[in-house]
Amino acid sequence: MREARRYRLPPIAFGLGTVILAFAVIEVLIRADVISQYVMPTPWQVLLSFGRVVAEEDIPHRFLATAGECLAAGALMSVFGMLLGVALYRFRLLRAATETWVAAFAAAPLVLAYPLFLVIFGRTAWTIIMIGFLSGLAPVALKTLEGLTGVRPALLNVGRSFRLTPAQQFWKVLFPAAVPTIFVGFRLGFIFALINVVGVEFLINFGGLGQLINELAERYDLPGTYAAITFVILVSVLFFIALEGIERWLRPAS
Amino acid sequence: MTDASLITSSRRLLSPVAALRIGIVAAVLGTWEIVAASGLLFRDVVPSLPAIGKALGQLLIDPVYYANLGVTVGELLGALAVGGGLGLAVGMVLGANAYLGKAFEEFLYYLGPTPKIIFFPVMLLWFGVDTGSKVAMGALSCFFPIAVSALSGMRQVDGVLIRVGRSFRASTWQMVTKIYLPAMRHPIVNGLRLGLGVAIIGTLLAETKMSNQGLGFLIIQTYTTFNMPRMYALLITLFLLAIGLNALIAWFSGGGAARKS
Repeated sequence: MREARRYRLPPIAFGLGTVILAFAVIEVLIRADVISQYVMPTPWQVLLSFGRVVAEEDIPHRFLATAGECLAAGALMSVFGMLLGVALYRFRLLRAATETWVAAFAAAPLVLAYPLFLVIFGRTAWTIIMIGFLSGLAPVALKTLEGLTGVRPALLNVGRSFRLTPAQQFWKVLFPAAVPTIFVGFRLGFIFALINVVGVEFLINFGGLGQLINELAERYDLPGTYAAITFVILVSVLFFIALEGIERWLRPAS
Repeated sequence: MTDASLITSSRRLLSPVAALRIGIVAAVLGTWEIVAASGLLFRDVVPSLPAIGKALGQLLIDPVYYANLGVTVGELLGALAVGGGLGLAVGMVLGANAYLGKAFEEFLYYLGPTPKIIFFPVMLLWFGVDTGSKVAMGALSCFFPIAVSALSGMRQVDGVLIRVGRSFRASTWQMVTKIYLPAMRHPIVNGLRLGLGVAIIGTLLAETKMSNQGLGFLIIQTYTTFNMPRMYALLITLFLLAIGLNALIAWFSGGGAARKS
């Protein structure tokens, strides 16, 4: 039994190998006409079309457009989310009255109101930015509140013993101690913002990477569509990994 | 009744929290009505509250609304059955086998939060423009949260329960139905709650993109005809439905279920 385990592939290699094998099986099934090539291009065709899509579809510009919308939504979400979180921490009555509303707001399918945003902001980047901003607002606010309320009383007492002013107590004690938890909110908020930004770009056919998928699908460029979807997935995954890395980097500092 | 007793009884009736809530709602509605009457924004973008109330009333007695609601609910149930069933199975297998878990868990965690709506062109090709592609979008959306919840739930099952099942020589099916599923009901219901939320989004967004039936279709129809009061009415019913279902499952998985047991 132990011998058998010793010769097993590392799990990650097994996982990646299975995915590659699945693609190989799909390649064979499409070439054998079991799966129609008018519905699904071969993985090899998709791989080859990456270069064409990058060269012909102005990927750098589209990437920057999506990144810019995400950053704008993220900046708004960070500022207003933190302000809301601090207000909920500072005013207990406000917290008691509205914390459940903020939680309900986080669960509301805001992106479904995109036709309303289209009417208000038109088919512009602002529609995309505002939906991204609102979808990430509640997690930042709730995590800011959680971070501030979770600060150890000993730290607050140290601040008081030094007779810190309320502003000093906030900037020197409360905020630094709450930063790791607040960043969890940022991470969640940025994930929601990215999902909604790309999704709305696709739905309203405007902006960067989401619009690219829509355009390629409307042109019935199958390998290009699949390649663009794969590209967006890769960008999203790299974005999540980067956010996780920053979060881990912040954690030991607490 | 004296003034003092009146004040005391009103204080009992209205706590500061309730008073603040009423105040916030009144302020929001008042601001809305002022903006609607002022004409500051483009005409009809912010309709008056009576106009929205009238549209809401008309919507709730409109058979067309219920026919489309039925279509969406049917698609959602199909999505939950397919995506939820597959998610549960995959989560349980990966949770039960440490090697497979290590091999595929990362895929679930990283693919889970990616935007699913971008798969819609593919779903259209695979399942057609009818309800199939919407069910597929909902299923794809709810698969990941349910799989991740089932996976973590499976790992939290008490080892004693598993040993008891094995000592009775329970078959795999008996282990699943008698030991694992009952022991992990809370994470499963939690996953279902998360899955339902994203399934609603996936299904309705697909309906807004390309469909001729369902609530998403009704919403995009009000946009194309610029019937703003009806759009607000539809969004209100939709948000209440989504938040209500979420709260109902949360109650079922948390307090309500605990009280019953």
